[in-house]
Amino acid sequence: MAEMTTNYWWASESFWKKMAIWITAASAVVLIFLTFDTVAKITAGGKRVPAYSVINHRIDYVFDEKRNHQVPVIGPEEPLFGRSLSESEAAELVNKGKLTVQAKNCMNCHTLLGNGAYFAPDLTKSWLDPAWGSKEVREQSMIEFLMDPSDKLHNALGRRMPKLGITEEEARATVAFLKWMSAIDTNGFPANFKPIDQADTPAEAGAQATPAAAESSPVQ
Amino acid sequence: MASLGVLDSANLNGGQKLAVKYFTVAIALFGAQVLFGLLAGLQYLYPDFLYGVLDFSVNRMLHINALVVWLLFGFIGAVYWLLEDESGVPVVGLALGNLVFWVLTLAVVVVVGIYLLVQVGPGEMKSIWLINEGREYIEAPRWADIGIVVCMLAFFYNVAATFMKGRFTGIGGVLVLDLVALAGLYTAGMWYTPNISMDQHWWWWVIHLWVEATWEVLVGCLLAYGLIKTMGVRRKIVETWLYIEVALLFGSGILGLGHHYFWIGTPEYWLAIGGFFSALEPIPLVAMVVHAVFDAGHHKLKSTNNPALAWMIAQAFGNFFGAGVWGFMHTLPQINLYTHGTQWTASHGHLAFFGAYATIVIAFVYLAVQKWRGNVWMSGELVGAWRWKWAIFLLHVGMIGMTMALLIAGYEQSQIERAIEGSGWMGYFAAQAHPWFQQGMTWRMISGWVFAAGFLLLAWDLLTIGSRESRPARRLEPQEAMAVS
Ligand code: HEC
Ligand code: HEM
Ligand code: HEM
Ligand SMILES: [Fe+2]
Repeated sequence: MAEMTTNYWWASESFWKKMAIWITAASAVVLIFLTFDTVAKITAGGKRVPAYSVINHRIDYVFDEKRNHQVPVIGPEEPLFGRSLSESEAAELVNKGKLTVQAKNCMNCHTLLGNGAYFAPDLTKSWLDPAWGSKEVREQSMIEFLMDPSDKLHNALGRRMPKLGITEEEARATVAFLKWMSAIDTNGFPANFKPIDQADTPAEAGAQATPAAAESSPVQ
Repeated sequence: MASLGVLDSANLNGGQKLAVKYFTVAIALFGAQVLFGLLAGLQYLYPDFLYGVLDFSVNRMLHINALVVWLLFGFIGAVYWLLEDESGVPVVGLALGNLVFWVLTLAVVVVVGIYLLVQVGPGEMKSIWLINEGREYIEAPRWADIGIVVCMLAFFYNVAATFMKGRFTGIGGVLVLDLVALAGLYTAGMWYTPNISMDQHWWWWVIHLWVEATWEVLVGCLLAYGLIKTMGVRRKIVETWLYIEVALLFGSGILGLGHHYFWIGTPEYWLAIGGFFSALEPIPLVAMVVHAVFDAGHHKLKSTNNPALAWMIAQAFGNFFGAGVWGFMHTLPQINLYTHGTQWTASHGHLAFFGAYATIVIAFVYLAVQKWRGNVWMSGELVGAWRWKWAIFLLHVGMIGMTMALLIAGYEQSQIERAIEGSGWMGYFAAQAHPWFQQGMTWRMISGWVFAAGFLLLAWDLLTIGSRESRPARRLEPQEAMAVS
């Protein structure tokens, strides 16, 4: 071994020192280049990560033939809590929701976009979860649940979410944050998700199930 | 020099006196990590246990923060341990180093107090500043972030200035550059944004580029030093390997970052880039196993410190299996779509952190207690050797047991929650309630108790090993000893 390191260029210390430097530098440069592009594409207001005012619209998650997975679809105007917000009002509300999510440490029980803890359901598409009952009661159910989940057990294991001292204002903001998050294009994660029925009429419900309707306005 | 087998700081150089302080806190925090891990694990089985008092989120936050902090303390300690040896001169700013140690330790105590007693705050910026940032692994509030950065700068100054005053070995050069990157990356995780995609994008810069790039290289340096120290492996061999490792680790790990950019809103090109480069990440880990095992075999396992060598070999394999194999198994997007955010991830996280990082810190603590006791005998037929052997055995049985239990739970979850049910609220609980999942949680707990027993034995051993020895440490053969100086 000792001889090998001195005789062959491919086993020499100086060769690998140069390789280490060049490979690291090249990788870092490529990463920085990609980072500029990625950061531009995930700034709120783009195609993949929508503007915060998206909460003024219906958001759905529908199979897209071309991409071969589900994508968020921005539907007709359907303001959160029945009041349409300006871009800056919406941004402020979602911001408050995000602060609440951080200050209450939601991610040490839940995953968001699949990252976090595994003790409670993923919240990426919580806004679209059929377990809220129906579209009509969803907003109110969410607020009540967040403010005091301790007596609203939804599973057979007895695993409850604790009461985290969330005020009504914080709960509303958190719902706004969750609604906004559900509109992010996540390349089809979670797969095979079954969203709550948001159709206004039975006819629309039928149309909604077909991919053709989905192609009308996918976010991409 | 005090008599052999007695703990006496006169046996240590300046940097090493500081190192053992860091090691002491590190092992105490390791104990805290195990304790809060057990509490969190129990809450999977008994959801009402400590409900509303120490909720799962609190226990888990303490579990993983204690992990990150004890490893960082262990790394800082290990660097101070080798600094005077490698550079050939006393640590430049030892008084500053001591001050930083006390500041950091005090900050840790305060933060733990806040986590336990305050737990959560209102949804306002002041909670982020004062209480907790709610972002996995780097929850520490912003005041602590700033303190950590200042302390890291002081630490970095000490290391760089000492090498500059003395000599820059290959290990020293790689170490200094790596520490710049490691500390710099931390600042990527300090900022607030309402945009969850942007948030996670930068969060992974810290988490991934730490554990799969800069920490790995740091461990490469520590291992290089450890192999020279315990077996007298020639410096030229060790340093050539170190450069190979750096090239392969950074060459795969930097762009491998993309395996966390599949589903968080980031563009589709990451599916290909992340999948490809992260699939290469096991290669350097294989190289590291070959290196350690080859050297150990070459020196016929004759070492000056058997427990340290055993933990270094455990590191090579643990890194390879935990990071390399367990990481590879879920790193391609086609698979990760279903395993993402399940117990699968937890299985990998446990084996990788333990195998790659806990092991090397423990190895260094064994190096430290040996010298602290006057460079006492720690080779074959050590008095009371059963303790370190049983400790390493129980810790591994416990860890492998937990990993396997979580893996089975994770498979079940990928199948039922992710693939079939589509990850809704009810789908999640359909998977959680399944007997295979529940059995997984039970076995994780049983294995967790085994692990905890191993920890207690380890702590006892670290306090006592060598105390009943009066033989001086095994001497390296003359040609081995030459490599060390
Ligand atoms: C201590 C752990 C814990 C914390 C912290 C926590 N949750 Fe939960 N959460 C749960 C559990 C457990 C459930 C499932 C409750 C049930 O099924 O009855 C749940 C359910 C939910 C649901 C409904 C699940 C779904 O799929 O839509 C939402 C929404 C939710 N939590 C939001 C939050 C938010 C927002 C926060 C932070 C402000 C938070 N949770 C913090 C444990 C937690
Ligand atoms: C010692 C090195 C490593 C450590 C300590 C480590 C640790 C972790 C941890 C703790 C997580 C979970 C993060 C979270 O909480 O969300 C994670 C995720 C992940 N790791 Fe590693 N890892 C290492 C190396 C690797 C390698 C080499 C690979 C691939 C070959 C890999 C692939 C992954 C993937 C794909 C995920 C994302 C899992 C998901 O989608 O949920 N890791 N790692
Ligand atoms: C007594 C032994 C232990 C028990 C019972 C235990 C239990 C747990 C539990 C319950 C979680 C939360 C998982 C979830 O969100 O569902 C967790 C997370 C974690 N633990 Fe442990 N743990 C133990 C030891 C360790 C050790 C020794 C390490 C590393 C050295 C470790 C590293 C981690 C990591 C990295 C995570 C985060 C995983 C992720 O997000 O994917 N744990 N542990
Ligand atoms: Fe990674």
